[in-house]
Amino acid sequence: MIELKNISKSFGKHNVINNVSAIFEKGKVNFIIGRSGSGKSVLTKCTVGLLEPDEGHVFYDGRDFTAMNRRQRKEIRKEIGMLFQGGALFDSMTVEENIKFPLKMFSDMDDEAMSSRVADCLTRVELEGHGDKYPGELSGGMQKRVGIARAISMNPKYLFCDEPNSGLDPQTAIVIDNLIVDITREYGMTTVVVSHDMNSVIEASDTIHFIHEGEIAFKGDNAEMMVSDSETLNDFIYASKLMRKLRDKAK
Amino acid sequence: MVMRKPDKWMIFRRQLEKEMTIIGLESVGIVALLSVFMGAVMCLQTAHQISGWIPVYTIGFTVRQTMILEFSPTLIPVILAGKVGSNIASQLGTMRVTEQIDALEIMGVNSAGLLVLPKIIAGFICIPALVVMSMGLGLASGAGIALLTGVSSMADFEYGLQVDFVSYDVVYALIKTTVFALIMTSVSAYHGYYTSGGALEVAKSSTKAVVYSVVIIMLTNLVLTKLLLT
Repeated sequence: MIELKNISKSFGKHNVINNVSAIFEKGKVNFIIGRSGSGKSVLTKCTVGLLEPDEGHVFYDGRDFTAMNRRQRKEIRKEIGMLFQGGALFDSMTVEENIKFPLKMFSDMDDEAMSSRVADCLTRVELEGHGDKYPGELSGGMQKRVGIARAISMNPKYLFCDEPNSGLDPQTAIVIDNLIVDITREYGMTTVVVSHDMNSVIEASDTIHFIHEGEIAFKGDNAEMMVSDSETLNDFIYASKLMRKLRDKAK
Repeated sequence: MVMRKPDKWMIFRRQLEKEMTIIGLESVGIVALLSVFMGAVMCLQTAHQISGWIPVYTIGFTVRQTMILEFSPTLIPVILAGKVGSNIASQLGTMRVTEQIDALEIMGVNSAGLLVLPKIIAGFICIPALVVMSMGLGLASGAGIALLTGVSSMADFEYGLQVDFVSYDVVYALIKTTVFALIMTSVSAYHGYYTSGGALEVAKSSTKAVVYSVVIIMLTNLVLTKLLLT
């Protein structure tokens, strides 16, 4: 479980995150949604330590991450996997080397064990036989899957996914969503997904946190979200004419 | 952060080998080409300027002094600032804007230690070696062109190379080169590592890396020349 307590973050005079508290539950896919510029990426970066919050605390299973020094944080970071929006694969390394990299850095596995683990991860994301390719030779969807394979290579307790479906066609997006849901259940991870793709939110979320102007404007599941009377949330969900038409028809 | 003990020595060593190949081995061609032509042109220029009224051995002397004191230790690092410096800045800048550096940080890897330190060490080792090679090639090409064109006999050229030779000049050149190598790699790495934005910012970082490196090298050259030759 990841717990955020009263997180605030400003850049100069601009208050991006304002006193945000949230709980991301274990074994569930926890979505953070919101408009572009609402502060969801900043909140995620504060959670994983890429940005330091001005105020507040982040707890990983009760361990205060914000109060830790670099060395102590390193131990928690070994338990974190992250899928980046653009994949963030090391382009000078092959797919196999990318997945092996965290194992080489932080495990005591011998080469055979590492290769076996890489093969398992590639099988899990259905990319067997692609280990010797470079990221530049893969499609966007395949790069995302390699990103997931690298993120799960160390059996993380916590998985963060930043816009996992951006730039993907709807069918590939569903494949990625299903994969994230499946591995969350399979490994009992605490998964946090940052997205504004409503298809993913409806299909894959267990809990949803809607951020508006740096504050949590809604917490709940997708059924609650669809019938919420929050104006800002409804403006976000039903932003398109088609969605508004569907909503009116359903009513 | 950069000078912290590497997370894993084996990976650090491989990274260092890779950087030595990029910074050192892949620069051999351009350094050799420039040095050969510079030595040859210097020989012909000097021969043309002194004809008739200054001893012929001055050709060897001038080629030696020019190559050892300024061309190899100063201009080769300036040229490498263009080739190596822009490579370092654009590589790190691209890694930054494509979140590869963030990915390393999330894993708990000291990204500056893994990516920047090997470049600085590789520059520290390879650039002085390239400069020594440049000196040798410049002098050899000077001798070669002198013989080919007949502007000097080998005996005169050799005498010029040896006359009033002070071995401290080579030490002076290597001190300067080492300082310039550190400036070039660290300034370029700084601009690349702290890039933010997209492709345009990577290009700007790359340009800044070269411009700042060259300007700092030139200023440092002035200071070091004054300090080391007095």
